[in-house]
Amino acid sequence: MNQLLFLLEKEFRQVFRNPAILRSVLVMPFIQLLVFPFAANYEVKNVLLSIVDHDHSSYSKKFISKITSTGYFKLTDYSPSYNKAMEAIESDKADLIIEIPPGFEKELVKENKSKMLLAVNAVNGTKANLGGAYAVNIIRDFNQEIQVEWMTFPSFNAIPAIEITSSNWYNPTMNYKDFMVPGILVTLLTMIGTFLSALNIVQEKEIGTIEQINVSPIAKSTFILGKLIPFWIMGLVTLTIGLLVSRFFYQIVSIGNIGLIYLFAMVFLLALLGVGLLISTFAETQTQATFVGFFVMMIFMLLGGLYTSIDSMPEWAKWITKINPVAYFIEVMRMIVLKGSGFAAIKYHLLSVLGLAVVFNSWAIWNYRKRS
Amino acid sequence: MNEPVIIANKLTKRFGDFTATNEISFEVKKGEIFGFLGANGAGKTTAIRMFCGLLLPSSGSATVAGFDVFKQTELIKQNIGYMSQKFSLYEDLTVKENIRFYAGIYGMSRRLIKEKTGPLLKQLNLLSEANMLVKSLPLGWKQKLAFSVAVFHEPKVVFLDEPTGGVDPITRREFWNLIFQAAERGITVFVTTHYMDEAEYCNRVSIMVDGKIEALDTPRKLKQSFNALSMDEVFLQLARGAKRAGD
Repeated sequence: MNQLLFLLEKEFRQVFRNPAILRSVLVMPFIQLLVFPFAANYEVKNVLLSIVDHDHSSYSKKFISKITSTGYFKLTDYSPSYNKAMEAIESDKADLIIEIPPGFEKELVKENKSKMLLAVNAVNGTKANLGGAYAVNIIRDFNQEIQVEWMTFPSFNAIPAIEITSSNWYNPTMNYKDFMVPGILVTLLTMIGTFLSALNIVQEKEIGTIEQINVSPIAKSTFILGKLIPFWIMGLVTLTIGLLVSRFFYQIVSIGNIGLIYLFAMVFLLALLGVGLLISTFAETQTQATFVGFFVMMIFMLLGGLYTSIDSMPEWAKWITKINPVAYFIEVMRMIVLKGSGFAAIKYHLLSVLGLAVVFNSWAIWNYRKRS
Repeated sequence: MNEPVIIANKLTKRFGDFTATNEISFEVKKGEIFGFLGANGAGKTTAIRMFCGLLLPSSGSATVAGFDVFKQTELIKQNIGYMSQKFSLYEDLTVKENIRFYAGIYGMSRRLIKEKTGPLLKQLNLLSEANMLVKSLPLGWKQKLAFSVAVFHEPKVVFLDEPTGGVDPITRREFWNLIFQAAERGITVFVTTHYMDEAEYCNRVSIMVDGKIEALDTPRKLKQSFNALSMDEVFLQLARGAKRAGD
């Protein structure tokens, strides 16, 4: 016990003397939370639009003015032919082409239907998807307006249209920041838990001080605890700063119990520190640790459900998310903050992460040998 | 005064089909300064690592401070000090904090640490540097401090693996004065070195060639039996036959 206190005293002294660590614990959460949610934006604006209008009728003009007035599209190209419009796409001047065929208005009036071609550049998947979806919505809307307009004609038979309305529960305005910010907070904790702890231990290997520790009577478990506790505390400090930023900057007030977030974070950090520790037992140099750390980090992030929904992943990927503590925490964060979930709802997640913590840490302790 | 503190009996370490230390046998008495010489790659560091409980021997037997190197490594660790050729203090801690930390993990009480720190700093002439970061000290001072930290908890044996590498002759002399003082207090000193003038300071010297101990005696007797004027000559005569080069 006494030995542990001496270890902790030393670790904290070193942390407070290392401006890089202090900065990453105290300043990183500010910067990431203030910058990322704006940049990692799910709303698509400024879709570059190319229009090929073969009709030049009043209806086609009406349609063009409707689509450009939405604010999502920017008319950058007005081409005489489809091939010319393709050139605009190839030179990145346009993301989306709408071709209005000749006789668009005439057919619309005479036969009550007409065609339109929508071509999307899908190099940027998100932009293409959302841009295409917006365009389809606007076209449908335009269609309805015309129908309403024509209702006044007695000869016209209104086709009964089924309107689909949706409402977004728990995040009524679909504010992406509300679910991005808690997620980003989780990635921050992940970085501190995995990287700082792994690099710290490997650094002792590099300098050679670990050898001095290994010839001392200090127990393996004491040494490891002395390494884990400081980073565990730093993780919780980062979480606190992050929650304060979300509260006062984004007005995100957790509907659920904040204590529950802390409880989960404590277990979560334990699991990640285990991962960091494990990396440090494999790596001999900080360069190696960084590379392995990044590799693990990418898996944690991309299969964590922050950027893409886990539900839409293939089965095998879903299985990987089962051993990814980050995936659990991101989900739990959103459940608690947005939905106000209680302990019963997150019990399964908590137990899973606790299990992972036990596995990672025992593996690391087993792997860390005081003698070869 | 004559009980052996280190006993090695046919101690061997093999890495695959490479035999790093080959059946070395010797005894080191309490308070003795035992020089452990050999060219690079002769197997000195491997032997030291086995005595310190960092490396499991392949065969043979050995005890350090009465404890078995196979089964009682944790007990050995409580009774030894160790200073490696790699620098072993924390550069981002001050002189005082390093002393405190290492003394602490050897189980010394806070009161005892405080009591002993003052006299040590005075002895090392580091009173005004007590609160300076170790990284700002010159190499020779660091080495003296590292040695003092290694014997601060009054171990039965201290293992020194090339402790004076890269240090100027005056500081080396001062370093050896610290070693003599420790030996007088009854601490057994087990030291490897490449400086033959340092070998002359040892009570007894062993010379390892290709994993085996080829000679073991007092420096005076070694010079006699090899018909040499200095330990340098003795060493060269023996090491010339070595097949392994470098490590």
